[in-house]
Amino acid sequence: MEWVDVVLQGALLGGLYALFASGLSLAFGIMRMVNLAHGDFIVLSAYLALVLTQSLGIPPLAALPAVAVIMAVVGYVLQRGLLNRVLGDDIMPPLLVTFGLSVVIQNLLQEIFSADTQSLPGGTLVTASLPIGGGLAVGWLSLLTLVAALAVIAVLQLILARTRLGLAFRATSDDLVTSRLMGIDTRQIYGLAMGIALAIVAIAGVLMAIRTTFDPTGGPARLIFAFESVIIGGMGSPWGTLLGGVILGVAQSIGFSIQVGLGQLFGHLAFLAILMVRPQGLFPRTRGV
Amino acid sequence: MSLLAIQSLKAFYGDFQALFGVDLEIVQGQTVAVIGANGAGKTTLLRSVMGMLAAPSDVIRFDGKPIGGLATHAIVAEGIAMVPEGRKLFPSLSVEENLRVGAYPKRQGPWTLERIYALFPRLSERRNQPATSMSGGEQQMAAIGRALMSNPRLLLCDEISLGLAPVAVRELYRALPGISAEGVSLLVIEQDIGQAMAVANQVYCLQEGRVTLAGKPNELTRERVAAAYFGN
Repeated sequence: MEWVDVVLQGALLGGLYALFASGLSLAFGIMRMVNLAHGDFIVLSAYLALVLTQSLGIPPLAALPAVAVIMAVVGYVLQRGLLNRVLGDDIMPPLLVTFGLSVVIQNLLQEIFSADTQSLPGGTLVTASLPIGGGLAVGWLSLLTLVAALAVIAVLQLILARTRLGLAFRATSDDLVTSRLMGIDTRQIYGLAMGIALAIVAIAGVLMAIRTTFDPTGGPARLIFAFESVIIGGMGSPWGTLLGGVILGVAQSIGFSIQVGLGQLFGHLAFLAILMVRPQGLFPRTRGV
Repeated sequence: MSLLAIQSLKAFYGDFQALFGVDLEIVQGQTVAVIGANGAGKTTLLRSVMGMLAAPSDVIRFDGKPIGGLATHAIVAEGIAMVPEGRKLFPSLSVEENLRVGAYPKRQGPWTLERIYALFPRLSERRNQPATSMSGGEQQMAAIGRALMSNPRLLLCDEISLGLAPVAVRELYRALPGISAEGVSLLVIEQDIGQAMAVANQVYCLQEGRVTLAGKPNELTRERVAAAYFGN
């Protein structure tokens, strides 16, 4: 039963990683842009929630909608004002700019909040769990996180498959120049894509901050988990990303149960193993060209 | 009344000059053909009209309004659509989704999915399959249909016969009068002189970035066209 518990907890952790990964995957899928500051935006969202909970005296989950809206605006403005200017045939400029952003965000957070670790008060959400029989129990927060991941991915899929905006997203992803010929304002589309990506980042950041402590330098580690989830699942496949997150979570959980220090290592090993066997990921959906 | 008026258009790719003062006019409802060999500047001309290459605003006027150098999506919103060379259908979208992307600017007009399927019945049968899984001729139909979905007043067609079997080319060109009859003006770029001359009210020949001949098809002799086309 102990092993079942390990796998179960790992799978639930995978929900958080899928949330980390979804925004990254969306931005890459539509703009072919790798945002190296992605993890730092997760941490930034956590700090935003911290400020709101402390100044307004509201619980973190009540602050989440406001954090999501703020991050969406940040994403849109960042894309229109900065990232659109460096996107092009050369992949290096956006990498360098987002790497620079990562450094700037980490240092700003350190300047404002110090290097101390912080946490958001989760109340009973963190401690309460749901017994599911056989001596097993799942924490409400973990369950909520997984449900949030499922909901985010389902909504994303719905937007992409059924809406005018989603059609424009897919067309722009396929062929930027031809999309413009179809009357699509691709700069606007990129702005909206980054806005949605950072709104998802906000959900991930707040749930992470309720679950665990955070500090200004924690972004890059979250970026790695997001990357690994996306690549295990296969580029451009939202449900693949969820599975990637779950596989990563389970691997980490198994390592952790053997010896505390082995958790992250096992996650990386699982990632490398899948990369060796299936370099395109489990459910690739990106086109061949 | 001229719908599109281009006056002494020059176009550059970096230091390379591709057009040297091109004048061209399209009267409302007309079909104009631009012919010329590879590298004559035909596609450059279309790219300039669509705002994909820089141009001073006064040099290109659409319905009297200067549009030179506007953003491409803004030019589409004004009522110009283009069928790009090589079709450029969106490979991850179905046939019908490709057509619906064309309707993105939400311009009102006669062209709907039903009308496109009536114009090209074979697209209707294939509406749910990936666009790039169709034959070349069918893909070209989809590319034309997609451009029409924005209800343009002016449709630019860049070498729609390129790489297609003669029977497919004839089928495509048979559809053009029906498009024209809906009030859409056409600018057709071709290397295939015969097809172009057959549908056009007015023909321009480009050679090395300059207009070397302009006139009505029935006023132009083979010899003059050949001279303007190849130069000698």
